[in-house]
This record gives sequence, C-alpha cells and structure tokens, in this order.
Amino acid sequence: MISPHRSHSLWFAFIAHRLSGLALAVFLPVHFYVLALVLTDASTLDGFLQWSKNPLVKFAEFGLVFLLGIHIFGGLRLLALEFLPWSPRQKTYAALAVAGAFILACGFLLSAVS
Amino acid sequence: MLNTNLYMLQRITALIMAPLVLGHIAVMIYAARGGLSAAEILSRTQGSVWWMLFYGTFVAAVSIHAAIGLRVIVFEIFKLKGAGLVLFTWATFIGLAFLGFRAVYAVTIAGGGL
Repeated sequence: MISPHRSHSLWFAFIAHRLSGLALAVFLPVHFYVLALVLTDASTLDGFLQWSKNPLVKFAEFGLVFLLGIHIFGGLRLLALEFLPWSPRQKTYAALAVAGAFILACGFLLSAVS
Repeated sequence: MLNTNLYMLQRITALIMAPLVLGHIAVMIYAARGGLSAAEILSRTQGSVWWMLFYGTFVAAVSIHAAIGLRVIVFEIFKLKGAGLVLFTWATFIGLAFLGFRAVYAVTIAGGGL
C-alpha cells in the first residue's frame, strides 16, 4: 500500500532529486579514481575506456547523464522557488494573509477593550 | 539536519555548479564522439589553466554539495546525529575533495606516464 502523499507529483519531484543526488554522490569517487589513473597507470585507464565502449556501459553512461540532468533541472526549479521574486499573484496572497491577520487582531482588540 | 550556514552553503554551491554542470554536459557530448582515450582526454586538458580552474572549482563545490546532501540523508534515514553526523560530513567532504583534486591534478598538471 502506497502512502497517499507518495502519489503526489511534488513527492516524485523530491524523491527524484534525492535519489539522483545519492546515485551521483556514489558515482563521484569512482569517476575521480578512474580519471586519476592517468597519473599512475595510463594503460589501465585506456583499457577501462576501451571497456566503456561496450553498449551496456554506454547505456549506463546514458543513465548517469540522465540522472545529472534530473538533478540539475530539479535543482534549478528549487532555486527558482526559493530565490526568484514572487509573482504578482503570490504577492497578492501574501498581502491578503497580512490583511486577514490584521482584521482578526482588530476584532480581538475591539472586543477586548469594549 | 541543517543549520542556516549549511543550508546556504548548499544553495551557493548549487548556484556555482549550475553553469559548470551545463558546461560539463556539453564537453561530455562533444568529447564522447568516437570514444575516449587517455591521450585524447589529456590533449584537451593538459597544461590548461582554464580547465584546471573549471574542474577545480567544480570539485570544490561538488565536494561540499555532496557532503551536505548525504548528511541530510543519513540523518533522516539512519538517525545519525551529533559528533557522528559532523564526522560523517567532514569525512565525505575530505574524501571527495582529495579524490577530486587528485583527478584534476592528474589530467591538467601531471599527465602521468603518457
């Protein structure tokens, strides 16, 4: 049974961002290690790069680039939500919230002093 | 578990990496044509201050970003907290930075046995 919140599209956005980030973080040490083989053992690196021409490895690389794409575009979406200026409608809602709170507090004050 | 500094650091490193990731994807698509070899990678990167700065900045930002991201996951999933959480964050950061800078050094400055 899937919890109700897990069918929400924003939950998918969250879990896609988290899982792609986790996978990329696990991949990074391997990526760095293989690149640094140039320093210690260039022939092993070439053997590895030769192996990477295998169609299955190419498909795995496609997966990694896809994960990177998911993570950067999902991340840009988050940054836009957090840091870009509000739209006029969002500003109206924020102003309405303050106005509503003010009316509420005035109502309290009027009844408290009368 | 994030305090304000870690939260902001996560956003700042994301902003730094946004253009770097797009550049990296472009390089990958360009460089992967016809397959990769150690000599071909080095011919592009060796002795280049710009690639050293590009990927050096990338490694610094991604080491911080991945360490903070994994910190959130181990806190939420494995309930790691206190000194253990701090140790985990630093160990991840130092491990990734070490491997990453070693890889950048290998392909831009040293060039190894080629």
